[in-house]
Parts: sequence; structure tokens; C-alpha cells
Amino acid sequence: MATYALRRVLQTIPILFVISVLLFLMVRAAPGGPLTAARRNPNISKEQIEAIEEKLGLNDPLPVQYGRWLGSMLRGDMGDSIKFRRPVSEMIGERIPNTLTLVGAAFFVTLLLAIPIGILSARKPYSPFDYTMTTITFIGQAIPVYWLGLGLIVVFYVALKNPFTGDPLFPVGGMNSRGQEGNPLDTLWHLVLPVTALSLGWIAWYSRFLRSSMLDVLHEDYIRTAKAKGLAERWVHYKHALQNAILPLVTLIALDLPSLFAGALFVETIFSWPGMGRLFWDAAKGRDYPVLLGVVMITAVLIIFCNILADLVYGWLDPRVKYD
Amino acid sequence: MIEPLKGREQTMGTLILRRFFKHKLAGVAIAVMLVLIASSLLADLNPFSPTDQNPTNKLRDPNTAHWMGTDELGRDLLSRIMHGGRVSLAVGLFSTVLSILLGIAVGALSGFFGGWTDSILMRITDAFLTFPSIFVLIILGAFLREQQLFVLQNSIFVVIVIIAALSWMWPARLVRGLFLVLREKEFVSASKALGGNSFRLIVRHILPNCAGPILVSGTLQMASAIITESGLSYLGFGVQPPTPTWGSILSTAQNQIFTAPWLGFFPGLMIFITVMAINYIGDGLRDAFDPYVIHTE
Repeated sequence: MATYALRRVLQTIPILFVISVLLFLMVRAAPGGPLTAARRNPNISKEQIEAIEEKLGLNDPLPVQYGRWLGSMLRGDMGDSIKFRRPVSEMIGERIPNTLTLVGAAFFVTLLLAIPIGILSARKPYSPFDYTMTTITFIGQAIPVYWLGLGLIVVFYVALKNPFTGDPLFPVGGMNSRGQEGNPLDTLWHLVLPVTALSLGWIAWYSRFLRSSMLDVLHEDYIRTAKAKGLAERWVHYKHALQNAILPLVTLIALDLPSLFAGALFVETIFSWPGMGRLFWDAAKGRDYPVLLGVVMITAVLIIFCNILADLVYGWLDPRVKYD
Repeated sequence: MIEPLKGREQTMGTLILRRFFKHKLAGVAIAVMLVLIASSLLADLNPFSPTDQNPTNKLRDPNTAHWMGTDELGRDLLSRIMHGGRVSLAVGLFSTVLSILLGIAVGALSGFFGGWTDSILMRITDAFLTFPSIFVLIILGAFLREQQLFVLQNSIFVVIVIIAALSWMWPARLVRGLFLVLREKEFVSASKALGGNSFRLIVRHILPNCAGPILVSGTLQMASAIITESGLSYLGFGVQPPTPTWGSILSTAQNQIFTAPWLGFFPGLMIFITVMAINYIGDGLRDAFDPYVIHTE
């Protein structure tokens, strides 16, 4: 297993290499760059700019520059933000916990609802409950997350008011109210709308998946055997069937990570949630390329890491899978 | 005794069509799509211009003259939605077609030849799959528009290309899988024995047999391309104003959320209806192409 994990990590190197070359070429070709302000400044002569370029190594051949950039990337130095003049790694480090809080909470809610819905639909396929859920999941999958987010703001922030205080029913924007920084209950309160917006589509998608996975498993011979030897139906469904039906979910979630992050980006933008997605969007508007590249690189590494983790977890959950 | 065939002879096409329309919601979805396509093609018949501003007539509630009201610059929302549909649907369609063509090329080569070709192409596919695509789309959207190249000034073209460039991996994997199975079939060996070259085998014999699954996954991909385009335009990195698309209308509507909430309702609703309709069409196509499907009505 350890050798398998090691091999998988080694296999990601070419992937990360391709991604990093593409990103590097883009940042080099991007207009602006670190000397834009200096070029516009009439007090700095052309010779001085050329001297700075020489000093920063901007005249070296591209592969040399790439090597240097990669070297500093590997040391965790992702350069400085053009706009904020702060190290990118520091800025991202501040935002990661907030994104993980949001995505983690939304994912918790998703599993909490999607698994029971999937099981109940599969236990009684084509029942009224199943039909209702099928319709709702079809709708849930088709609602764009940004529209849902705006709708939630209109209903729960603009239209509905708290009957006691007259304030909006749910807070919108940021993680905390003024003066409540660091209060976990207040953060939970601020999580309600973003998590709803984020998880609805996920609940639809994963409950659909679990339903069809359950239905497949229920046709297996070992289910018939279990029923034939007189086990209670409930026990067969929850113990024998669910265990096997839920396995592919692990792989699916890992494969879905890029789109999960995409959802987080939209929700963070709409609800001003101070996570990586919001940081990225702000940086994109200001063409702050070092920040953009840092976020993409970190997300790519995170996604690859989670994929490897999912494979390993799968092997641990399913003894039929052997790594060699 | 063999019974003579009753009635008209059924070709493959009519059979598929018949099975498709058995799925009632898919039939409804086709009708909805036709209405949407017609309304965007005939957008110019709308008496109001999508771009002419009218400061004295802004933020009107939906009324008999302006069925969806007017926006913050006094532009008729219905007209903008109809013109925006043109862009949104076209971007969805063309980026899907482009992505599927790319995917077929990669998947066919990979699945047909196997070996080194396969490993190299699949490693590249995997690399693209780990891209957090919306992030890369935003960077590309921001980056390409700043280039001096003439074609890149057209944001619709840019959006079509970048969406295709980051979504060809799914058709590629699908086509590769189909090719791996089909290349071992007898009809392929037969054609090979008759002297068919690789190109002929791929294009004339194997590819036509992949049409069904490609079409089904193509519909799903078109739905997600429309959501992606709207999302990108919503964030400000897709199709640029003044060209209206559903996403960019939604984006400007966001600023009027307290004064005119309906402004955001309609463009989102259009995206939602389109995606629903395309998904149901995909569902119907799946039934129509799958000979083993059990019809449950």
C-alpha cells in the first residue's frame, strides 16, 4: 500500500509539471508584470528599468526563468501579490480555513440528506416518494448555483424580516457580524444561506447516484441469498446493500472535486465569504496574476492529493481491491 | 413459418424517433427548446432594442408594454433576454460541438491504436481533468481578452473556445471506452480483412456505432456548457457587455436586488428552463438509443 501511494504521488509529477508550465507561460505572456508601474514613472530612466530587468532575471532564456520560478514555488514562495504587496502564500493561508469551513459544512449537510434520500428512493423505486424526489433532484441539478444564491438573498435577506427585531432573517455577507469575530455560533448563523445554496445541487446529484447504485446492488446474488436465509429486509438493505452501494461514492466525490470548488467560488463571490474563491475573483478583476496562479496551483495540488487519498480509502473500505 | 412484416418498414431512424417520443417529458422538452430557439432567432422582431438606453423609463415593473420590465438603464428586459438567448444557446451549442470533435479525435486515436498513443493521450486527459476548470476559465477569460490579436477581441468566440478546451476530456474518455470494445468486434475484423485502412475502420465502421452514447452525453455537456457560460459571464469574465447573455443580465441585476428583484429572476429562469429541457431531451435520447431500456409508463 505504501509503495502504491508513493507511485501515485510520483505519477502526479508529470501532471503538475504540465500545469505549472502552462501557468508559467501565461504569467510571462500576461501584460503588466512587476515593472508596469516603474515603466510609467517618468523619473525612472530606460537604463534603470533595464538594470532592474537584468537583476530580476527577466532577460534570461524562458527555461531558466521557469526553473527559477519552479524552485521558489517548491520552497513555498509563490511571489508577492501585485496589488497588496504581500506574499501570496500568506494570503492563501489565511483564506484556506474559511473555504474549508464552508465546503465542509455544505458537504456535511449534503451527505446527511443525500444518503437517506437515495436509500429510501431505492428501497421503494417508482413509489410516490421516489417520483417526488426524482422531480426535485432534476430541478436541483438544473438550478444554477449563482441564481439560487441570489434568490436566497432576495427571499431571506431582502423580503423576510425577523418579526422581533425587524432585521433581515438571515445575514448575508462575510463570516461574522460586526463585533462578533471569532464567535462560532455567529459564523454558523452566517453559514446558513451559503450552505443552502451550495448543497442543494450536490444533494440532488449524490442522492441520484446513490439511488441507482443501490438499485444495482439490490439485484446482486448476495442480496437474494441474504434475503433467502431469512434476514430482515431492513438489515439486508442497510447492512449488505448500503455498504456496497456507497463505495463508488468515494471515487465519485474525488472526481467531482473540481466542480465542488467551482460551486464554492460562486457562493463565496455572491455571499462575500472570505475564502479562496472570493480571493481568486478579486484577484482576477485586478489581474493580480501571482495570486491567481497561487490559488490555481494550490487547488490543483489539493485535487490531486484528494484523488490519491480517495483511491487509498477505497482500497481500505473494499478488501477486494488489491494494490501491487 | 415466418410472419410477413405488417405495416410500413421501420428504419433505424424512425424507430429511434418513435422510442424518443414515447418519453413524454422529452417531447415536451423538445417543444420548449423549439420555442426558446425560435424566440432567440426572432429576437429582432421585438420592437424594443436590447441596447438602446432610456433613462426616463428605467426599473419599471413588468407591464403590458415591457413584459419583463426594464433594467437600470431603461432597456427592455424581454428584448435583452431574447437577444441574450441567442448568445447563450449559440455558445452552448458550438462549444459542445467543438469539444465533442476534439474528444472524438483524442478518444478514437487513443482507443483504436492503444499502446503508447493511448498512455500519452490519457495522461494529458488526466492532467486536464485535475484542472480546477472554473479557475482556469476565469484566468483565460481575463488573459485572452487583453491580447492584441484581433480574433480575441470577440469575447463570444473566446468563450466558445475556452469552454471547449476545458471540456473535451469527457467525450474523449467516453469515445475511448467505446472504441476499446468495438475494435474487437467481428465487423471490424471483417473490414480489416477486406483491406480497410485504419482511417476507414475508424470513420466508416466504428464511429457510426458510437453515435448514440455521444449524442446522449453531448446533451448533458451542452447543459453544463450553458451553465458555465452564464456563470463565467455572471462573474464578468465571459461574454462582455453590451452584448447581452443570460449570465451578464443576471450579473447587472444583482446590483438592483433591493429595488428590482425581478430583474434577476427572469435570466436565471431562462437558464434553468433551458437546462431542464436539455436534460430531459438527454433522458429521452438515452431511452431511444438503448434497446434494453424498460419503458415504465
